[in-house]
Amino acid sequence: MSATAELNRRLPGGRYIGGVLQRIGLDGRGLVIAIPTIWLLLFFLIPFLVVAKISLSEAAIARPPYLPIWEWSDGFLNINLNFGNYLFLLDDPLYVAAYIESVRIAAISTVVTLLIGYPMAYLIARSSPDRRNILLMLVVLPFWTSFLLRVYAWIGFLKANGIINNFLISLGILNEPLVMLQTDFAVYVGIVYTYLPFMILPLYANLVKLDEAYLEASADLGARPATTFFTITLPLSANGIIAGCMLVFIPAVGEFVIPALLGGPDTLMIGRVLWDEFFSNRDWPIASAVAIVMLFVLVIPIMLLRKVQAVDEGAS
Amino acid sequence: MSEGNATPDAEPRADPWADPHAVPFLQVRNVTKKFGAFVAVDNVSLDIYKGEIFCLLGGSGCGKSTLLRLLSGFETASSGQIIIDGQDQEGVPPFARKTNMMFQSYALFPHMSVEKNIAYGLKRDGLPKAEIAARVSDMLSLVQMDQFASRKPHQLSGGQRQRVALARSLVKKPKLLMLDEPLGALDKKLREETQFELIKIQESLGVTFVVVTHDQEEAMTLSSRIGVMTEGRIVQVGTPHEIYEYPQSRFVADFIGSVNMFEGRITEDHEDHVLIGSRDTQTDIFVPHGISGVVGQQVAVAVRPEKVQISKSQLHDMRNTFTGKIDEIAYMGNSSVFQVLLDSGKRVRVSQSNRMRSNEDTLKWGDRVHVGWHDDAGIVVSS
Repeated sequence: MSATAELNRRLPGGRYIGGVLQRIGLDGRGLVIAIPTIWLLLFFLIPFLVVAKISLSEAAIARPPYLPIWEWSDGFLNINLNFGNYLFLLDDPLYVAAYIESVRIAAISTVVTLLIGYPMAYLIARSSPDRRNILLMLVVLPFWTSFLLRVYAWIGFLKANGIINNFLISLGILNEPLVMLQTDFAVYVGIVYTYLPFMILPLYANLVKLDEAYLEASADLGARPATTFFTITLPLSANGIIAGCMLVFIPAVGEFVIPALLGGPDTLMIGRVLWDEFFSNRDWPIASAVAIVMLFVLVIPIMLLRKVQAVDEGAS
Repeated sequence: MSEGNATPDAEPRADPWADPHAVPFLQVRNVTKKFGAFVAVDNVSLDIYKGEIFCLLGGSGCGKSTLLRLLSGFETASSGQIIIDGQDQEGVPPFARKTNMMFQSYALFPHMSVEKNIAYGLKRDGLPKAEIAARVSDMLSLVQMDQFASRKPHQLSGGQRQRVALARSLVKKPKLLMLDEPLGALDKKLREETQFELIKIQESLGVTFVVVTHDQEEAMTLSSRIGVMTEGRIVQVGTPHEIYEYPQSRFVADFIGSVNMFEGRITEDHEDHVLIGSRDTQTDIFVPHGISGVVGQQVAVAVRPEKVQISKSQLHDMRNTFTGKIDEIAYMGNSSVFQVLLDSGKRVRVSQSNRMRSNEDTLKWGDRVHVGWHDDAGIVVSS
């Protein structure tokens, strides 16, 4: 029985709704897909179009602080598209530098997260089932505390008279405190710490499915454990690596809170630039242009991920 | 191996295990493997000779796979010694062992083509590219998979995967190949074909095979000798013929093929025969050869269904004859299996091959019949 027929039977007046749905070509499967589609249209596409529109308008001291891009006067529709905002982004080296810096920080953080997360995910996947659940719990546990609180806690660790410096000085390893807070280092620490679970979980999900027989077959054919890792385990977990890296890299590029709280004045990340344009300069059109460009910087890796996943699904 | 010595100086004996001077290729000495309190392999000793196909046969959980994993180094024995080709294998990791294994799941690397799967072991040995290519293509033609060299495992059928797995495990020319349920994943028809192919390949390469299987038919057709396992122990080792015709225990008699068991006690012990009294029969059972046992000892007489004769008339040439009536008939085409309810209440399974297309003396359901067997058909098992 199709879902619409089911609807017809169950709901009083459902016959009418079902009929309408059928007429517009929606069956049960379509209905299920329609809900997230509508959700994305409402909360992603429409805001995106609004932002795109603002990015093409001209800044003004007004409320809202930009001029409309179309005007109706004397029977004429005047459309004024201002590409100046985008040109301005190219003009001022600050923006290009911020994009490059954001991608660089996100990329390095992603690599570090992968290097820390992979062994952790591997060990969790290879441990006994009951211990596995406890370890997974521990990975997810930080989410129970507010993200902001956890980043603030790092300030306590990293500051001049913070826990780490005090500890090292009390041991006599240091004479004067290391400057860690308000440096790029602190930003890396914050990003790696925050996004580690997003790396571990997809890697774990992938590695736990890895059949031990492959590793045994490899050993049986004369491969040492390290060779087995690089020729069998690593290639077979490629999808987990890609998924984990995307989950870390994409939000890290646009990260605002971590560089704002832990980074120094010269930590240039696009999230902070965006914030400054929007709230300090109140230049909405420039801020919107920054956001649109950032979106495209991020869309490329997402497309990459989608493509790899499609290839993988075709294979298995 | 295949090169150079196509014509060996002397044909090796077909039964090296019967030669007291032969040195076993694989020696398992008092090997025990415990997982916590569970004893998976219990004090097993075993000698396997060069060129054999040795089957470890047993039900699931009998320890046969664990024993195989001990031989290949994936598990370490709790105690005991494993010697392969004169070398103690203790502390030798799997990757350093000169043995190979064909896995039950085949474990073909899913991200590599057939060719790369087969070449994997050779690459690990750092052989020159040209030699690897030559040996891979030799193997591909041996298992008739030449056209599939560039396919990925998921593009192959079950039978093709089995061939690739075999090729991959043979390409390094191991002296000892272990096969874990090699035909388990194949359907019946394919399994029968593959059995004979496996024997042919084994003979042409001269590799010693140790095969783990739960399928007694497979063990009977494949092997030179069978080791029957239960509860971690090897209960009997012998040729398929010995295992079937001379089971040494109730378990073996019951596990291999079907059997009629007559429980009883030794009532008379004579020079040339013993009599066994059983509530399952009206008269004592006559067993000709002396058995080691005392009068009054609890034993069982095992008789295979195909060794029991059935007739409407008296069976004059037999000492062990009993009467009953036919309770059930199963027609199997080449043979018929009768369930005869003896007057004592014991059910006896009788199998008779259907040599004639039709028989005017056909036995029917409910017929009163005589069943009996020749003196030497019964095997006395005590344990």
